[in-house]
Amino acid sequence: MSTVRVPPVLRAAVGGVRELSVPGSTVAEVLAALYAAHPEVRAQLVSESGELHRFVNIYVNDEDVRLHEWLETPVGDTDTLLILPAMAGGATASR
Amino acid sequence: MAQTYQDLLTAARAEVPEVQVAELAERIGGVGAPLVVDVREQSEWDEGHLPGAVHVPRGFLESRIAGVATPDQPVVLVCAGGFRSLLAGRNLREMGYDHVESLAGGYTRWKQAGHEVVVPHTLTPEQRSRYSRHTLIPEVGEEGQLKLLGAKVLLIGAGGLGSPSAYYLAAAGVGTLGLVDDDVVDASNLQRQIIHTTDRVGMLKAESAKIAIEALNPDVTVNVHATRINRDNALELISGYDVIVDGADNFPTRYLLADASLMSRTPLVHASILRFEGHASVFLPYEGPCYRCVFPEPPPPDLAPSCGEAGVLGVLCGVMGNIQANEALKLILGIGETLSGRLLVYDALGMSFTELKVRRDPNCPGCGPDAHLEFRDYDAWCAGIGRHLEAVRV
Repeated sequence: MSTVRVPPVLRAAVGGVRELSVPGSTVAEVLAALYAAHPEVRAQLVSESGELHRFVNIYVNDEDVRLHEWLETPVGDTDTLLILPAMAGGATASR
Repeated sequence: MAQTYQDLLTAARAEVPEVQVAELAERIGGVGAPLVVDVREQSEWDEGHLPGAVHVPRGFLESRIAGVATPDQPVVLVCAGGFRSLLAGRNLREMGYDHVESLAGGYTRWKQAGHEVVVPHTLTPEQRSRYSRHTLIPEVGEEGQLKLLGAKVLLIGAGGLGSPSAYYLAAAGVGTLGLVDDDVVDASNLQRQIIHTTDRVGMLKAESAKIAIEALNPDVTVNVHATRINRDNALELISGYDVIVDGADNFPTRYLLADASLMSRTPLVHASILRFEGHASVFLPYEGPCYRCVFPEPPPPDLAPSCGEAGVLGVLCGVMGNIQANEALKLILGIGETLSGRLLVYDALGMSFTELKVRRDPNCPGCGPDAHLEFRDYDAWCAGIGRHLEAVRV
C-alpha cells in the first residue's frame, strides 16, 4: 500500500483526511483504487473524456510523473503519491 | 628608565625601514608588490585610503595580522602621518614579520602628492549599528549589506504574504520596496496581515504598509503603487526592480507575473497558501523552470478556492512570506541555494516540509524554445474560456 497525500481542496472528498493508504503498483492503479473508494475525487481530477486534467500535478515521492512514465510510473509500497493542484491564495480575500 | 614618545619613535625608526611615497607608488602594481595595511581607525579609513590596501586598526593588528599576511610577505604599514605605523611596525617585527616597512608621511603625504585614493562606499555609523547582526555574518558582511541597501524589490500584494515579506525585507535594509496593491485594509485582514493596524482599517494597504516600514527603518524608500497589476502596466511597474515577490491572491495575476518575469528577465519569488498548506519556489527566467513549467494551467475555480472562501491560518502567511523574503535576500546577495528547481510544500498541520523536483519543460508554453510569449486576457484564460470548458463548473 502506498501513501497518497491529499491536497486541502480534495480533503472533503476523502472524508477530511490528509493521507490515505491505497493499493496499486502504478500511478494509474493507485488512482483507480482511490476513485473506487472515493468517487468524488474522480469527478474533480478527471475530465469527461476520461483524461487526467492538465492542472493536476502528480508526484511520486519528489518526482513529477509527467517527466517519467506518466500514469504508468511505478509506485512501490514505501512510495508517497502526492496530488498537487496549484493554489491561488496569497494576499487578500476573494476577488 | 622612562621613555618619551620621541624616544619610542627613534627606537622604532632604527628597526622599521621607512618607505617614501614616490617609491611605494612605483612598487604598488609592480612585481612583488607589498601588501599595504592601513592601521588607522575606521572613521579615517572611511574618508579614503590607498588602492588595494587592507584595513586592520592598530588596536587589532597583532591579533588579526595572521589573517591578512604571512611573516615572509613584504608589508607596508600606513597611518595618517607615519608615526602610528612606525610604532605598529615594531610589534610586527617582534612577531617575526621581517619585511615590514612604514610609509613615511602616511596617507596624508600620499594624498598630497596626488596619488590615487579610494573613498569607500560605506555604511554610516547608524547603519553599522542597525545592521551589525548582518555584517557579522561572513556571507553578508558590510559589502552584502551595501548590496541590500542598493537593491529594489517589487512586492505584488501587501496582504498575507506581502506583510511579513515586506516587513522583514525592510528590516533587512533592502533600500527600495515597491508595493503593488489597490485594496484597503479590512478588519478581517488583521488576523494575518501584520504590517497593518486596527487604526488603519479603511486605508490603502500600500499606504498603511508604507507607514509601518518607514517607522521601522528610515533607510527604506517605499514606492506605493495603489493599482492592480495588469497587462498594460506590468512591464512598466517591474522596470528597475531586481526581484519580484509574488504575494498575489488569484491565478490571473500569477500567470501574468510568470509571463512578465520572463519578458523582463526578472527573478520571481513565488509562494501561495491555503488553510494549513503553503507552496514556495523561485523562478529564474530561462535559467530554471518557470511557473508554467510547474503549473501549465490553473485549476477551475471550484478546485482553487481563495483564502477568502476556504480560510487560511494566519501564522502560515508568516512562514511562507518569510521564506519569500529569505529567497529574495539570497538572490540579492548572490549566496546560498535558492528554491529554483524545487517546489517546497509546507504542511503546517503535520509540520512537514516536502521538496518536489521541478524542471524546465522543453515544451513549456512560457519559457520553452517554441513559446510565443505575449500577454493575454488572463481573466478569461483562467476562467477556462477556450481552454478546459468541460472542467469548469461555474
